[in-house]
Amino acid sequence: MSEFLQHLINMLVLGGTYALLGIGLTLIFGIMNVVNFTHGVLYTFGAYIMFIVVQQLGLNFFLALPVAVVAGWLLGAVIELTLLRPLRGSDIDTTMLVMIGAWIAMQSATLWIWGGVAKSVATPFPEAPLVLGPVSVSWLRLFVLAAAALLIVVTYLLINRTKLGCAMRATFQDQDTASLMGVNVDLIYTSTFAIGSSLAAAAGALLGPVYVIFPQMGDLAAVKAFAIVILGGLGNITGAVIGGFILALAEELGAGYISSGYRDAMGFLIIIAVLIFKPTGLFARSERVG
Amino acid sequence: MRAAITMLALAAFASVPLWLRDPYLLNALITTGIFIIAAMSLNLLLGFTGQLSLGHIAFFGIGAYVSALTSLGFDIGLPGGFRLVHEPWPPIAGLALAILVAGLCGYFVGLLSFRVRGAYFVIVTISFAEVVRLVALNWVELTQGPLALTNIPSIAIGLPSLGELTLRTKLQNYYLLLAVAVVAYLLIARLVHSHFGRAMRGLMENETLAVSVGIDVTKTLTLAAVISAAIAGAAGSLYAHYIRIIDPEVFAFINTVTMVIMVISGGKGSLAGPVVGGLIFGLLPVVLRPIMAPEAQWIAYGGVLIVILFVLPRGIVPSLAQRFARRKRQAATVAPVAFSERAKEPA
Repeated sequence: MSEFLQHLINMLVLGGTYALLGIGLTLIFGIMNVVNFTHGVLYTFGAYIMFIVVQQLGLNFFLALPVAVVAGWLLGAVIELTLLRPLRGSDIDTTMLVMIGAWIAMQSATLWIWGGVAKSVATPFPEAPLVLGPVSVSWLRLFVLAAAALLIVVTYLLINRTKLGCAMRATFQDQDTASLMGVNVDLIYTSTFAIGSSLAAAAGALLGPVYVIFPQMGDLAAVKAFAIVILGGLGNITGAVIGGFILALAEELGAGYISSGYRDAMGFLIIIAVLIFKPTGLFARSERVG
Repeated sequence: MRAAITMLALAAFASVPLWLRDPYLLNALITTGIFIIAAMSLNLLLGFTGQLSLGHIAFFGIGAYVSALTSLGFDIGLPGGFRLVHEPWPPIAGLALAILVAGLCGYFVGLLSFRVRGAYFVIVTISFAEVVRLVALNWVELTQGPLALTNIPSIAIGLPSLGELTLRTKLQNYYLLLAVAVVAYLLIARLVHSHFGRAMRGLMENETLAVSVGIDVTKTLTLAAVISAAIAGAAGSLYAHYIRIIDPEVFAFINTVTMVIMVISGGKGSLAGPVVGGLIFGLLPVVLRPIMAPEAQWIAYGGVLIVILFVLPRGIVPSLAQRFARRKRQAATVAPVAFSERAKEPA
């Protein structure tokens, strides 16, 4: 029983960051209809920003997170302006392949600059975990959960309470009508990609110190993000949050009770199962666009 | 004209070992050729049905593992205390089984493609390849996991009156590869120009219309997926028996990307496209190796992919064919010539 509770606690921490990844991707995929293969690279990028700020510049750990968010936002905006804007209107396969090219180039650049050796980040939290009855959780993981929850709430408010969010939702529903109502669709696209990218970078910056940082860390993260988006339904933020926690639970239970080697297979199995049995996602709100 | 170019290209490929003596370059050419066969099979799906399979390496890897395990034999425990023991078979049987099993996997993926299209099909195929990779990595009893399957025997061909010929040298493997590539090319060409090929292209261009004139979507897509997967499985089998060692890294996503780049750069939906794109991207690392660090090579790889999509979105072969047709049209004042050229050109 205590083992199960421990899995639940781990699921909460993991699920929070997965939700961040999923929200970022579901916005980009849903609003722009771009299969964003650079999402994993942005995750890696966020983790390396953490490494640079804390280890190489020697600055405060808590400062690194906002820096990673802003840096992810900027890199996302640059990718959108240079690679996606010129291809607006071309088919989904072309943009997908361009994103794959950008992913390979950026990941190799990371490998070239920092090398393949895994890096770790020193944290200001005490080594001793917080013990709550039968379960224990490290302070760092608690911080990760809190920060992820904060970012999820901020994003939710941004999408549902602000004018920009309203324009984004309108673009998701009908791009042409939104454009007729005076929404600057180009600006919405750039903002969407930048916001989604900054969330991916934040997830990387949060999980980087928990594990280790290496150039290929984003590959699995990207696939997990896709699993979450498919699970939660396209463009559905609440669905992405729930999807993030479901994936984390499946991974924890899969690793704990089946075999740790198959932990990462859970995301893929979820993708295949959902697309076969319930292709609109578990919390379908809109029609699936193929 | 087209037939003449094909024959000339074939003659050029056949003559390569006569003047190329460098074993490193010949080796690069053989591995490139294996990937070109896989790229041709991907082109059948991507270029002629419009379904982008980003898990194509799964069929290749399944072919490689099936073929290797058939010729090496295995002994695994089954639930309930039973054991499944397989004695080694000749590698040529491995090749046949690789084609069969990969084709069967293609059948299931093809059925899936009927349910999900576009981006979702892409994600499902990636997931399929990753699950297969994780199984190959974790089912150590069967696949040796990361320790790799080693000492895979070379393919042996039984010749009437000459006895058995084991293909060990690079030269022999080159000609084996060329033979398989020609068979695969002819098979795909025959398929594409048949009634079935027109049905595939009809589906790609306007599915609703194609269905309304009586094209069976499931049957067409499934058959295309089966043949495509079977050819990729054959390529994987050749790879296993040539390299003679395989590990789960064969399933790496980057290998699928390499195939996609070969198809897209050469020209999807063009029969010669994967060959041209494959030669360029297969041999590019050989050219870049002395002048660039490996990481920089990959940066260039990604960059070149982006540039090709921006500059030549239709690929090298169709763009050249179009230019050629235009020149021809300028030379000839009779319009129908240009029309027939255009009609022949794949979309």
